[in-house]
Parts: sequence; C-alpha cells; structure tokens
Amino acid sequence: MIELENVSVRFEGRRVLQDLNLALTEKRIGVIGLNGSGKSTFARLLNGLQLPTEGAVTVGGMDTAKSGKDVRRQVGFVFQNPENQIVYPIVREDLAFGLKNLGLAKADIPVQVERALERFRLQHLIDRRTHELSGGEKQMIALIGVAVMNPRLIVMDEPTTLLDLRNKRRLMQAVSDMEQSVVMITHDLDLLSAFDRVLCFHEGRLFDDGAPEAVIARYQQVCEEC
Amino acid sequence: MLSTYQETGSVLHGIRAGWKLLFLVVLGSALFWFERLDLIVVSLACVMMLYRLARFSLATLWDQVRPALLLLVIIFLAQIFLTSPEYAVLIVARFAALILAAALVTLTTPTSEMVAAIEACLKPVRRWVPIEKVSLALSLAIRFIPVIVSITHEVREAQRVRGLDRSLFAVAMPVIIRTLKMGDQIAEALDARSFENSGDGK
Repeated sequence: MIELENVSVRFEGRRVLQDLNLALTEKRIGVIGLNGSGKSTFARLLNGLQLPTEGAVTVGGMDTAKSGKDVRRQVGFVFQNPENQIVYPIVREDLAFGLKNLGLAKADIPVQVERALERFRLQHLIDRRTHELSGGEKQMIALIGVAVMNPRLIVMDEPTTLLDLRNKRRLMQAVSDMEQSVVMITHDLDLLSAFDRVLCFHEGRLFDDGAPEAVIARYQQVCEEC
Repeated sequence: MLSTYQETGSVLHGIRAGWKLLFLVVLGSALFWFERLDLIVVSLACVMMLYRLARFSLATLWDQVRPALLLLVIIFLAQIFLTSPEYAVLIVARFAALILAAALVTLTTPTSEMVAAIEACLKPVRRWVPIEKVSLALSLAIRFIPVIVSITHEVREAQRVRGLDRSLFAVAMPVIIRTLKMGDQIAEALDARSFENSGDGK
C-alpha cells in the first residue's frame, strides 16, 4: 500500500502539489488532469524520483525519502518517451539490465528475459536493435523492461501518448493482463473505464477521487467550463 | 561500434570478441610501426580478404570506407604536397586498412560481446576503475548515437521548413539542449531501474 500524508511539493518557491492525503490500495488507478496540474509530479513521488518538500510518502511502510533504493525495487516506472528509457542497443541486453541491477545470477537472466518477452508475445524482438524498433514496440519494450523486474506496482506516465490506436490497444491489453498494481497517468479517458479508481488533479490539488465514470464526467464538465 | 553487427554465420563471427580486439590492437600498432609500403599494402589486401572470409560482399566493404573517403582524399592530397606520392599512398593505405579492420570487428561482433570483452580487459584494474559504469557508458554511447543523429535530422528539417538552410550554430544549440534534457531523463530512467543498486554483477 502507498500512503501520502500531508504531501506538498515546491519547485523554486512555487507549489506544484499541495496537501495530499491519500492511501492507494486498488489494483488499477488512473490519474487525470489538465497539463501542469501536478499529475507527473504525483507519479514521480510514488517511487521516490521526486521527494516531497513537506509530508511523507510511504510504500509498504518504507519512506521514499529514506529508502529510495528499496522503494524503487517495489515500484517500477514507465516514462512517457520510451526512447529515453531504453538504455541498451539490443532488446535482450536492455531487458537484462534491470535484472542485473537486482543482482540476479548471470545464468538466470537470459531465461527471465525470454519468459518476459513470451508473456507479452514479443519474443521475435529479442535480438532486434532498439533504435530500429517502431514507437509501439519501443513502448512495449520499455514496459517489459520494468515488468521483468517484477515490482509490486508499476507507475506509467502517459504511456500511450506516442502510440497509434493498434499499439494503444496492445499496450492496454498487456496492462490488463499484468498481475501487478498499476497507476496510470493519461489524457486518454477511454482507457480508464475498467479501472478501479480515478484521481483527478487540478492546479496542484486533488480535485476529485472516485469511480472512473463519475470522476471522468466531472472532469469533462470542468474542462468545458475552462 | 554502432550496432552494425551482421550475422552471416562465418568463422570470424565465431571468434571471441577479446581475440578480435587484440587483433585490432596488434594490427593497428604494426601498421603504425612499419613504414614500408609493401607491408602496408599486403596488410590492406589481407584485411580485404578477411571480408570475403566473413562472407561480406564488396558492397559491404565499400560501405565501410565510403564515409571516410573525403578525409582519405584530403590526407592523400596533403601528403603529395607535403611529402611524396609514395608516402601519400602509404598513409592512405594504412588508414584504409585500419578503418576496414575496425569495421570488420564491429560487423562480426555483437555489441554485448564487445562490451563484455572490454569489461574483461578492465578486470585487473577493477579496484580503481568502476567497470560496470564504464560498460554502461559504452553501451549508452552505442545506444544513443543514432538517437542524437535522429535529433539532429529533426532539428535541421524543422529549421529548413522555417526557411533556415544552413547554420551550424542554429542546429547545434537545440541539439545540445535536447541532448542535455535527454541526459537528465536517461539518468532518471537508470535510477528507476535500480542502477544505483547494482552489485558486483554476479
């Protein structure tokens, strides 16, 4: 479980998130909001990439400010642009990277990599050069690169922004098949219909929180009034 | 090193990366040690024959030299004026042999094996050199050079569309800024994938 207690974040004196008090226990949580509303900062708080200026974020009882390394083993992060997340020139090597960092035995790494690709039906990409993959393939490899490390929660920051409809569906299918909990930031409201809970941010505050249908309807109303 | 590996199943592909790198070091040293035209031309011919052994076509061989052709011509002309035509041939043949040999190593060796070989070479100095970081830096360089090339193309195209045809400064600035921003995001991605937790790579 992730808990945020009186969390605020300031950048250069400006408050980008204010007074957040939340407990995240659901399996699928969506995060929506206008640009600059604080969604990405919220996501980065969850695995300690961003530390709160005030308050505390705890993941399974661990404070992100004190146990950042351990928190990042529990919470994976998929960035918006997969280009900057894939760090090795060959798919096999990139997927092995995270496992190596976890300290897995050398002999187990190739087996885990192959299994992960099989699970997402992408084993044909194993020896491909990462810079030659399509945008959709890159996003899938970025996701698998995180999933292979088997975190308990995966945070995804607008993972469908660069994808076409087919790849968006493929990614969402992969997400719904995953055992892990997922927190997904997105502007694609349709993707959240099957989620358990949706959080809506507005001007750095939690504006709404509840079942997808109700939260999305109120958000759309606010957008029309803006 | 830029992921130019091409699988043909030849004998050269089966040789371990460490031996190929050693061959490159020895050949490179020999090419610069001996100042004899006949030896250097024979070396060049041998390297070209290795391409045949690796089952690469003449077109592949040509592709390796072509990017350096202008530089070779400039060196050749400069040497004719500064020294002699014979020495100009020697210098150009020396560089061509070295370029072709280096390209042959990258064509026949996957980057992962190359990096692993470099890691192995560094093992004796692991107390002073952070091998895993060196290895990651090499992999990042190999991975991101094509990305930076593509950023440069994007910037040039965006500027052409807006009527700016050639300006080194106008291209360099946005490329540098985007590359630095990309560097920040890569650092975060490494953090997010527990790179700091890296142990001894057992």
